[in-house]
Amino acid sequence: MSFAQTLINGTDFDHTKLNALQKMVLRAVVMSFLFFGLLTIEGMIMRLVVTGPSNPLPEMFSHASHYFSIMTVHPIVGIFGSTYQLVFAAFMFLVPFLTKKPLYSVKLGNAVWILITVGTALSWIAAFVWQYAPLYTLYWPLPADTKQFSTIGGIVFIVGVALIMVGTLGFIYNIYATIFARVGVHKNKTTKELLISGFGIDGMLNLWHKLTGKPPYSKEPALALPVVAIFRGTVDTFLDAIVILGAGILVLVYLLADAAGASWNVHAIDALLYKNFFWWGLDLVADGLVLIYVAGSWYLLATLITGQKLFMENVARAALMLELLVSWMVWSHHLLADQPQPEMMKLVSGEMVTAFELLTQGLALFITLVTLWKARPLKMTPPLAYLLGGLIGFGLAVPAAIIQADMGMNRVLHNTQWISFAHFHIALIVGLYMTLYSAVYVLWPLVTNNTTMWSKKLTWAHFWLYLIGGVGMGAFAGMAGLDGMLRRHLYLNGEFHTWMILAAICGTMILVAWALFLFNIVMSVGIKGLIGIFLPAQDPSASYGIEEEEAEEEAQPAPQAAPAS
Amino acid sequence: MTFATSVELLKFHWVAYTIYAVMIISVIAWFAYNLTREEKAKSIVRIPFYGYIAFLVAGGVGHHIFTYNAIPWVSEDIMRHEIKPDVVFDIHIKNHKWELPARPMVIKAGQKVLFNAHSDDLVYGFGLFRKDGTLVTQMQVDPKRKNDLMWTFNECGTFDLTTSEYAGPAQYDHEGHDLMFVKDAVKVVGCNDKVAMNEEAHR
Repeated sequence: MSFAQTLINGTDFDHTKLNALQKMVLRAVVMSFLFFGLLTIEGMIMRLVVTGPSNPLPEMFSHASHYFSIMTVHPIVGIFGSTYQLVFAAFMFLVPFLTKKPLYSVKLGNAVWILITVGTALSWIAAFVWQYAPLYTLYWPLPADTKQFSTIGGIVFIVGVALIMVGTLGFIYNIYATIFARVGVHKNKTTKELLISGFGIDGMLNLWHKLTGKPPYSKEPALALPVVAIFRGTVDTFLDAIVILGAGILVLVYLLADAAGASWNVHAIDALLYKNFFWWGLDLVADGLVLIYVAGSWYLLATLITGQKLFMENVARAALMLELLVSWMVWSHHLLADQPQPEMMKLVSGEMVTAFELLTQGLALFITLVTLWKARPLKMTPPLAYLLGGLIGFGLAVPAAIIQADMGMNRVLHNTQWISFAHFHIALIVGLYMTLYSAVYVLWPLVTNNTTMWSKKLTWAHFWLYLIGGVGMGAFAGMAGLDGMLRRHLYLNGEFHTWMILAAICGTMILVAWALFLFNIVMSVGIKGLIGIFLPAQDPSASYGIEEEEAEEEAQPAPQAAPAS
Repeated sequence: MTFATSVELLKFHWVAYTIYAVMIISVIAWFAYNLTREEKAKSIVRIPFYGYIAFLVAGGVGHHIFTYNAIPWVSEDIMRHEIKPDVVFDIHIKNHKWELPARPMVIKAGQKVLFNAHSDDLVYGFGLFRKDGTLVTQMQVDPKRKNDLMWTFNECGTFDLTTSEYAGPAQYDHEGHDLMFVKDAVKVVGCNDKVAMNEEAHR
């Protein structure tokens, strides 16, 4: 097949054979990777601006209002537009797949990606058109500062974020409605049994019974471990959505009052109390659902890649519960530089409880590596390589987090590029995204009905460029942070020139890697297939793989009753 | 081991974390290589599960114990309400402008200085920087709150001030100049040359 024909038709992708669930998932994945491209371009613009006056960008990007409006939407596009979409899509496919039950509602699943896409686009437009730039931290009263920002821009931004959160609530409802549906293998399970399994209490009881010499509480837990991780992480997703919605409503009320001509006292809201509220919620993403979802994904990927049981599964179940509790109590590490914050909260929440993340994430890393190790020799496939890349990412980023979550270190690291790059960019770009790429390659045959990937060479080129670029950018920009470079500051005179040039080179590698990945995907599904993904599905099925099993069961003769002896 | 200044601490941190980063990447690379090999790999060390857990716990707790003992400003910060400062500077910020009690604020090396920063409108940061751009110390400045930072300067030199927290684009003019940047905001005198910063060398 010629290049042009492949570009139009793909390798062997047939969108007409996809069912409603598969199409819903692929639509969200397409939007996710388009937002990832936008994210990477935004990141590169910011990287180039701070390289100094010789940067090749038009002058407007160096204006503070423009620069910080990009910085404001960058995490909205990255966390919600790209990551949430991809994770939600994967989980709305995996929960039905692993529980062998249909998704509660494909329509709701479609509403989720549409709401998140529209919400992200609105927030982006607010920043682009009105240069609304209070940053994602929304430190009160900056988001309501109408002397610096346009009121209408603020309203559009907050409406955008609210739509994202409504979409998030739709995802949460869909997941729990699917897990608690008493159909298929869960037909005879009670809600209590599913709840006990969802919270990992069965894993803890199994451990306790083992210690006390009793038989296991549950030999076959009601929910598979990855579903437990999704269940547990989604608790944090819910709490975070409520907090962000709450903060959004507060900002919106003030902006609407301003638009109506009223001038409300912004200091009626205590800035420090607001910071605590906001960071409690936002940290449920960074230190909650991300870590729990990632641990669950590692376990799933390790078992799918090796085809073997997970090493120390009961410990893994119990650790996920611990991670959930830890994630509710660690937000104060963001407030270690806030002097009015009570010292006891800094010590207990900011330092001691936060240090538990070293334990929970270290456990997940250990369990995943041992599961892989016990199954060797393994073939170095893309899913395995990306999984190992994900382990490197968190292996670097989590200790970096524990180091900075310290009253001594934080005094000189807070708000520097160290936090931004050595910690959370490596966690997200390398740790989270390489795990997600592993999941993409594992799920690809299931979601696309075994479509052949166009080029293996491009897959590996993407892997190496992305890994080296991600680690390199995090390392070089992080080192600039140790030299005093602030993360929310405009540097136009090449103050940290060498580090920024190196970081920009690595950032370019990420951008090129994304372009190669996207090109490979487009060549695999073809432009026709890409459009076809967004056309209605002929097969309304909301599950994958269980129809065949049901058909097989129906084809077999009914078991005869055993004769009475 | 004690770190007298933040530069010493950051240098140590740079080296320690780089060694760790190389180590963890090497460990995963070793795993990746041996996962694909037919023959059984020889373990370099055998790590028992509970030994690994103990190592993680010791790492998490030990890090804080180490910094408490090695970084002088930790205990000073926690106990600052009970320590009588040698000098107090009251600083006000409004509309992205500093109101400083003196310029420069002159301090003798070794004195316990209390910076009291008050913001009337937004969240700012109080960040002191050396001439080479490295951070001396900082705190967040929350509006309508008492923001007090106690600091003992163990190094001489003049230090620049700017907000270490973003407070909107009004902090910059159209050319991108930082309007909150105060050159030579703090001057520390009276220490021997051993720890003094060579300002000119870094200009």
